[in-house]
Amino acid sequence: MKAAVIVFPGSNCDRDMKVAIEQSMGHSPDMVWHGDTSLPDTDLIAIPGGFSYGDYLRCGAIAGNSPIMREVVKKAQSGTPVLAVCNGFQVATETGMLSGALLRNANQKFICKDVNLQVVADNDRFVGEFDAGQIVRFPVAHHDGNFYADDETLARLEGEGLVAFKYADETGVVSDDTNLNGSRNNIAGIYNEAGNILGLMPHPERLISEQLGGTDGKTFFDNLINSLS
Amino acid sequence: MTEITKKIVSEHGLSESEYDEVLKILGRVPNINELGIFSVMWSEHCSYKSSKKWLKTLPTEAPWVICGPGENAGVVDIGDGQAAIFKMESHNHPSYIEPYQGAATGVGGIMRDVFTMGARPIANLNALRFGSPDHPKTRHLVSGVVSGVGGYGNCMGIPTVGGETNFHSSYDGNILVNAMTVGLADANNIFYSAAAGIGNPVVYVGSKTGRDGIHGATMASAEFDDDTDEKRPTVQVGDPFTEKLLLEACLELMSTDAIVAIQDMGAAGLTSSSFEMADKGGVGIQLDLDNVPMREEGMTPYEIMLSESQERMLMILKPGREAEAQAIFEKWELDFAVIGKVTDTGRMVLTMGGDVVADLPVGPLADSAPEYDRPWVKTECPAPIKAADVSAPADLNKALLKIMGSSDIASRKWIWEQYDHMVMGDTIQRPGGDAAVVRIHGTDKALAVTTDCTPRYCYAHPETGGAQAVAETWRNLTATGALPLAITDCMNFGNPERPEIMGQFVGCIEGMRDACIALDYPVVSGNVSLYNETNGTGIFPTPAIGGIGLLNKSHHMATVAFKAADEVILLVGETSGDMGQSIYLKEIEGREEGAPPTVDLETEKQNGDFVREAIHAGQITACHDLSDGGLLVAVAEMALAGKVGATLDLESNLPLHATCFAEDQARYIVTATSESANKMLENASSANVPLKIIGTTGHNELNIGSELSISIEDIREVYSNWLPDLMTVPGN
Repeated sequence: MKAAVIVFPGSNCDRDMKVAIEQSMGHSPDMVWHGDTSLPDTDLIAIPGGFSYGDYLRCGAIAGNSPIMREVVKKAQSGTPVLAVCNGFQVATETGMLSGALLRNANQKFICKDVNLQVVADNDRFVGEFDAGQIVRFPVAHHDGNFYADDETLARLEGEGLVAFKYADETGVVSDDTNLNGSRNNIAGIYNEAGNILGLMPHPERLISEQLGGTDGKTFFDNLINSLS
Repeated sequence: MTEITKKIVSEHGLSESEYDEVLKILGRVPNINELGIFSVMWSEHCSYKSSKKWLKTLPTEAPWVICGPGENAGVVDIGDGQAAIFKMESHNHPSYIEPYQGAATGVGGIMRDVFTMGARPIANLNALRFGSPDHPKTRHLVSGVVSGVGGYGNCMGIPTVGGETNFHSSYDGNILVNAMTVGLADANNIFYSAAAGIGNPVVYVGSKTGRDGIHGATMASAEFDDDTDEKRPTVQVGDPFTEKLLLEACLELMSTDAIVAIQDMGAAGLTSSSFEMADKGGVGIQLDLDNVPMREEGMTPYEIMLSESQERMLMILKPGREAEAQAIFEKWELDFAVIGKVTDTGRMVLTMGGDVVADLPVGPLADSAPEYDRPWVKTECPAPIKAADVSAPADLNKALLKIMGSSDIASRKWIWEQYDHMVMGDTIQRPGGDAAVVRIHGTDKALAVTTDCTPRYCYAHPETGGAQAVAETWRNLTATGALPLAITDCMNFGNPERPEIMGQFVGCIEGMRDACIALDYPVVSGNVSLYNETNGTGIFPTPAIGGIGLLNKSHHMATVAFKAADEVILLVGETSGDMGQSIYLKEIEGREEGAPPTVDLETEKQNGDFVREAIHAGQITACHDLSDGGLLVAVAEMALAGKVGATLDLESNLPLHATCFAEDQARYIVTATSESANKMLENASSANVPLKIIGTTGHNELNIGSELSISIEDIREVYSNWLPDLMTVPGN
């Protein structure tokens, strides 16, 4: 099993992603610089959180056109699994690998806290250890996590089982009250049609031990690595 | 070139005697560039001319101190070949003018101070003071400052893990934004700023130089360029993405041995950095200003030297290492320019367009910087307010709710949820406790970090307030189980030319010194911000203290949350019941009066050492220091954090409201199983530490006999809602 983590100059969760993958995989992923024009042979590509190129204009817009992302898109199209977290999710929507867009949070503020997420679609590769409907807790830390898709796209995502996670409360209720950033249908994460790309705003890599406040992230990575090994 | 008139000299803030000294040093009239350089180098900000005499009296040494005040930041040994590098700095005035950028660049500046020395920042904190909650500017300032702090730190990917916020009318016209950064370095790879090696290249890296933040915004612009620049904001604009690149590039270069010396360009930009490097190294520097990367055309030497554009560094490299360094900076897409060389002349010689535009002796300029012994008067301590002099509340439930929802006590979650406090994956105690705790990556060690100051105590009696600020940081670190190591201070005061303000400064320093000595807790870095004054009214004296402590085994860490029902609640320390300057007095009686609580440093140390040992021995399940609001507020906070209530028995000779709300120092609330509680009582009795059982955890409410019965959720409502309600724009 091999994994690669993409590093943009403004990535800042690249080390956290590396640590989480390392903990579950037993060895380090390759760290791939944004200017590189080829990817190493890999079973998983992770696009971590951060501020890729500063993101002063639209989050992920420049990164979406970077040399390495052209390679990531090609690999993804040929089936390599991609995990795109936070800024990675924004970059993935910019490349068109995933539908929709991430707008500024409805309250116009950066939000950093643990959130409860309802696991929506079954996707063994990414959430095999969780049951559909189960509640997991990952932290969010973003200013632009307000998921938007037009009605048609939204209906397709919901209809084809491509919604991965929704913002919920601890009992599993998905409502306006639990919609922390204004996302349509409370969507926190989605898959592409082929199911090999997961984009999500919350950070599973941040809760990988009791000392950090929880282990749902560890369960997530253990499952992901196991399913790809 | 501009003629130097009396008017220009005075507009540069130099007094007549200071200007006479300039003439003596040069033996001639300075040109405008030289005058500008003298002006910033001898400014209060750079020269510490009013404060130096007193700062020198603070203890700065301990076996674990690697570098004390005088460098970019302080350095302490944390074992295993590692060092913690930290400092706190003010960005008060810019943050009042432009809260977002003022706060953002304050955060950017303090991070540069830390990574200049070879450390990767691992935690940011901040100490914020705003005006009265109902002052018309307060909401705007809170909103902008908090977004600015977050905007910079979040983008850099450094967690903002702690801090403190006060609201008081004394800050209506002068808010305080103090930012602190803690970094981690290899103890044998720390970088200093003394230039060395005659002929070595002087290298500029980072952002280009623009016309932002140029000193002399108050100076009539006509002397330079008619009126075009008149409206240029004096507040710098932060670019955290560039700083992130600068951080990574600097650390990459620092992993080689190419750097001789390095200094960030902060206040007074290229002037201050080049002079400090030359002065510390006892050498001269020659700079060719044509080679300085510039953001716009037509910049004058004066503008280049005094620009405070952000995200820039000055370095001295070993000869022949330029290409290697340049490759690293180009990889990170940053400017890199050789702009001069180290000389043996002892002079700073600046050239531009082939002309010498300034030629100044480095040593005399630095050595002759003015130092004043300003007149000061002592603030007499007001009489204490005894418990008997304060009437009991009509209803203890209502009094507690009022205090829990007051501006001093209410939750700061609205603020810290806007800061990424988890990035880097090592935050093991998040904001909201006594101190935040971050693991040293890849080890089982952790650093506890906190900032504290109680300005109303400092105003009432500076000596007590100064000592209390230091002691409170020490106590907050101790309450997590950490061994406090050292502090940084950020001294915010009014106009030092007024003897009563200078007296506040002197008093606070005296109290801080006593506390640092008694607690074996030296000052290793700091910053002074004076003239925080509007229309002759100064702020409360605010010596904000940032403390760091070490947990050798991170799993020993204690937190404030009650862990389970049926545990024993114990109080460490004595309660006198004095109510002067208490939150109770302010909120329930509307009085801001009396003497602050006494700070007995010997007791402080004895009680703290006892608590820390009990934490390490695994006897304590939760721990909280007692400060603002007193015992009942601390218990309520522990209950809120743990979602577990408590039943208290507070029988004593004191009136109940004094026991509940007096702010006596050197106290902690701890919880334990009954077995551990008995063990602790035994140990306390032999160590002569006052320790007594005051209650039991359990249920969903707080109870004291027939006097108090209130549900945790009722408390949570007022506690959680105060700040969000304040910040909600009316009509929305």
